[in-house]
Amino acid sequence: MSFKTLSIDVDGDGIALITIDLPGESMNVWNADLISDFGEAVEKVLGDDAIKGAVITSGKASGFLAGADLNMLGSASASSTQEAFEGAFGLNAMLRKMETGGNTAKDLKNGAAHAKPIAAAVNGLALGGGLELVLACHYRVVADNPKIQLGVPEVQVGLLPGGGGTQRLPRLAGLQSAAMLATQGKPVDPQAAKAQGFIDEIAPAEDVVAKAKAWVKANPKAVQPWDKKGFKFPGGGGAMDPRSVQFFMAANAMGQRETKHNYPAVQYILSCMYEGSIVPFDTAIRIESKYFTKLLTSPQTRNMIRTLFINKQAAEKGAARPKDVPPSDIKTVGVLGAGLMGSGITHVSVKGGMNVIVLDRDMEAAENAVAYSKKILDKRVSRGKMTKEAAEEFLSKIKPTADYNDLKDVDLIIEAVFEDPDVKADVIKKTEAVIGEDVIFASNTSTLPITGLAKHSKRPDQFIGMHFFSPVEKMPLLEIIPGDRSGDRALATALDYNRKIRKTPIVVKDVRGFYTNRVVPPYLNEAMTMVKEGVKPALIENAASLLGMPVGPLALVDETSLSLGLMLVRSTKKELGDDYKPTGVEDLLEKMVEGLGRQGRKSGGGFYDYPEGAPKHLWRGVSEHFPEADEQPSAEDVKERLLYAQLIPAAHCFADEIVPDPKSADLGAIFGWGFAPWTGGPMSYIDTIGVEAFVQKAESLAQRYGERFNPPAKFRDMADEGAGLYGKAA
Amino acid sequence: MTDAFIYDAVRTPRGKGKADGSLHEITPVSLATQVLEAVRDRNQIDTAEIDDIAFGCVSPVGEQGAVITRTAIMNAGFAESTAGIHVNRFCASGLEAANIAAAKVKAGEADLTIGGGVESMSRVPMGSDGGAWATDPAVAFKTYFVPQGISADLIATKYGFSRDDVDAYAVESQKRAAKSWDEKRFEKSIVPVKDVMGEPVLAHDETVRAKTDMQSLGALNPSFAMLGGQFGFDAVALQKYPEFEKIKHVHHAGNSSGIVDGAAAVLIGNEEAGKRIGMKPRARIRAMASVGSEPTIMLTGPEFAAKKALKRAGMEKSDIELWELNEAFASVVLRFMQALDIDHSDINVNGGAIAMGHPLGATGAIILGTVVDELERSGKENALITLCIGGGMGTATIIERVN
Repeated sequence: MSFKTLSIDVDGDGIALITIDLPGESMNVWNADLISDFGEAVEKVLGDDAIKGAVITSGKASGFLAGADLNMLGSASASSTQEAFEGAFGLNAMLRKMETGGNTAKDLKNGAAHAKPIAAAVNGLALGGGLELVLACHYRVVADNPKIQLGVPEVQVGLLPGGGGTQRLPRLAGLQSAAMLATQGKPVDPQAAKAQGFIDEIAPAEDVVAKAKAWVKANPKAVQPWDKKGFKFPGGGGAMDPRSVQFFMAANAMGQRETKHNYPAVQYILSCMYEGSIVPFDTAIRIESKYFTKLLTSPQTRNMIRTLFINKQAAEKGAARPKDVPPSDIKTVGVLGAGLMGSGITHVSVKGGMNVIVLDRDMEAAENAVAYSKKILDKRVSRGKMTKEAAEEFLSKIKPTADYNDLKDVDLIIEAVFEDPDVKADVIKKTEAVIGEDVIFASNTSTLPITGLAKHSKRPDQFIGMHFFSPVEKMPLLEIIPGDRSGDRALATALDYNRKIRKTPIVVKDVRGFYTNRVVPPYLNEAMTMVKEGVKPALIENAASLLGMPVGPLALVDETSLSLGLMLVRSTKKELGDDYKPTGVEDLLEKMVEGLGRQGRKSGGGFYDYPEGAPKHLWRGVSEHFPEADEQPSAEDVKERLLYAQLIPAAHCFADEIVPDPKSADLGAIFGWGFAPWTGGPMSYIDTIGVEAFVQKAESLAQRYGERFNPPAKFRDMADEGAGLYGKAA
Repeated sequence: MTDAFIYDAVRTPRGKGKADGSLHEITPVSLATQVLEAVRDRNQIDTAEIDDIAFGCVSPVGEQGAVITRTAIMNAGFAESTAGIHVNRFCASGLEAANIAAAKVKAGEADLTIGGGVESMSRVPMGSDGGAWATDPAVAFKTYFVPQGISADLIATKYGFSRDDVDAYAVESQKRAAKSWDEKRFEKSIVPVKDVMGEPVLAHDETVRAKTDMQSLGALNPSFAMLGGQFGFDAVALQKYPEFEKIKHVHHAGNSSGIVDGAAAVLIGNEEAGKRIGMKPRARIRAMASVGSEPTIMLTGPEFAAKKALKRAGMEKSDIELWELNEAFASVVLRFMQALDIDHSDINVNGGAIAMGHPLGATGAIILGTVVDELERSGKENALITLCIGGGMGTATIIERVN
């Protein structure tokens, strides 16, 4: 018998050591080969009388097993529901066979049979299907390394643990712990896992196999607790136990609070646990596989896997990077400007393993960047997440300066000075006078065209734009903007840098607002338009929340401040003159900011009041100055308007090639401004409902609310042709 | 169709529904038995005349399980021929049982019946029977389940009732209940509960607090704020009612119905049966109706049930002189009054469950009997009795005094 993905080594005691080691992969995952090999390995262990039991471990230092290969799941296709179910049930059936030794539950329960003991020797992270394999073993030994992650994160891409995880976890750890692990998807360390009861032993890394073997040797007859007579869920289970009744009542409410009915996986996980806790184990795993199949075959899950996992990883690995350019080696970054953005960029650069020389007009200003990082690190140290020494080492990598000469040896420049073309021109000139001739110059801006700024550069082919979001250390997106003359090396270097700071990059065209800032303002304007129309502010905010937006649009306006909004309106008007297209909310902004003194969160409140030490609440004055209409729209109508106020400008950006492809539009939306992640992004959403349906809906909204809702001509053409955005393949 | 008449109505006093309540030592079967015996004994009825008995009971498990009605019939020594059915319409079970009893008479299935109900909340706590609505994730998510207290607070939020409004209502309920007891308005139907030795253990409603005032109620903390906040039910309610920023939590133990033990029975029959047993009818049942409505706000069903019953009776709102709506929560009654434009002086005139308690399965039959007594006392003609119900339902009955 030969295996591609694992090896079996039977020792003198008849204990088989199954070592999983996928060739050519950095990490073990459940792929087709491993599923096939592992099934055969189980058959061999069970069928060979010379084998008394088995220990399962990993041949990779990177971890035990990281779950299912999402590329495989994402492209799974079945011709019927039944076929999809059989596919999904395969892993469950295999693991069940392993833990029962191929015996019936009845024989195990009455003691007529037992299984060969199987133990897991976990030497690194075990996530998703990896942890589920561990749980199906009769005994679980994990290395004593607090960095080892044990968990079932499937929910994060819209799936559920489909290898028995929703059944074995609650039977080992109780419903509450199991539901927390599976509905939130956050892994825990070995100590926590042991405390919760789903691993048995923690041992030094070098001993895990020996400990597992010792247990197998000492326990020749293995039966899982749930296959023994009189098994009860720890902490109660089933439909009648008052403890589980209370648990499910609360879990159902909290699940709805967290998902807003947008992520069925959370309900399905709870359903697997609820229904599965009433029936025998063999029925329970079939129920789990049925819910899993429902998710796996839904367009929503496909979209989430595609955007949140496959395309995100590809973008982060540099999918947009020009292939011919040799990799750059960025050791030291020169950051120009130690304001909010410069300091944030400094912080993430050091965090990404680089040294930073941060320059500002004087030392005192430059020191701001150090203080910025110190504040973040102090918090981590005080929470015990970082040692004092590590924090000091971090800070030592930031060198503040006011002297351009200090920049002469840097490998990359990121300019983040005030958004003023003259200031930027001056800085570009002074910097280029000292840096190496081949150093790439990146300019961080959210408003100024890169091609214009590049005119001040001696080497426009080495000049590129980077749009960071604030606060830099928290916001996951980076817009990279090549100007007209930016060369391949500039783009490659920007993406190489991005990879170090672990943002999700999209490459966008050099137009006003780039991508994200062309979409967000119309969305916020739509919300303010509704306020003017007399729609109740709570309805607007709640509708956005129901749509899956992380914060309401009025709260977001408060955050970015109404005064900034007003300032932008005025500067744009001045700049565009007769070409200026009114947003319809100029008067509202004026009234709020200048008439009522409602400037935003940081200056006394805007649409909300921000009482000290209490949660924010809507300012009652809103309804006073913009009286509520007697007839309120339905939440569905408000949701639709807020959704299409984002879809339409995003579609324009795709049609106008401001974003190169649907996946960039989707990534930029979700990671840039928090567009409802359950959709997989605006293009995925349009693709799923169908371009034709999108066009029709947009046109009907345009009739009701105005031409801003008209779909781009390109989408009308696509609808006519019956074309889609993503095509068949992801 | 045959007319159905009410010939008699009895009820136990309501005992505090806790271990220290006076009725805690009395089994629910005994409570049901004692009201059946009272109907039989005080009217000297040959129980062979009674075809069928329907009793409401909301937690029909344990000692309240297995058709408690038939158990009580046997225990009361009724004729073997008398059948029994258990009815569960949540909080309206007692009224629904009376409606079923009346419907059997109207349809010609039976000549003489009893409708009633029983609940020993101290012995079989609310929720003992489980149920999928709140717990099964597939159902709870689909239907935006929230507990009734959240629904009551949602009503207050939506229809603009302040904490003062609901507290003032509760104070008045206590006053009316105390006054009614003082004036012996319940005397006709109260059957003191006896213990195993045959000694009386309770002769009056145990939870009435005549001295309740705004100040004493003001000291109570809202009961459902934690359920709403920490457990997430406010968020669920707001997902269904997104026009509100937050739920105002105004209900507490003092302006919600009390948890109590009790039982009631109403003797219902056609004209012939009355003659046969030598009794005069006291009221005629003019219409009955049940409805379902939006389940998250849950407790606004009485408005729709009342309208439906009026329509079925061919009556106008103005034909009703006396209204009775179970005081599940103060906001439920305030909303009903607001929706139908009913004056407070015409509704729940003798107080209600906020003062005297709500023994879930029995309450509908209790208030039906209370209204029969009140029609006779006041000389009014028509009354409408209704209750709000879990799951957004509502049940209503219209009766007319004939005595």
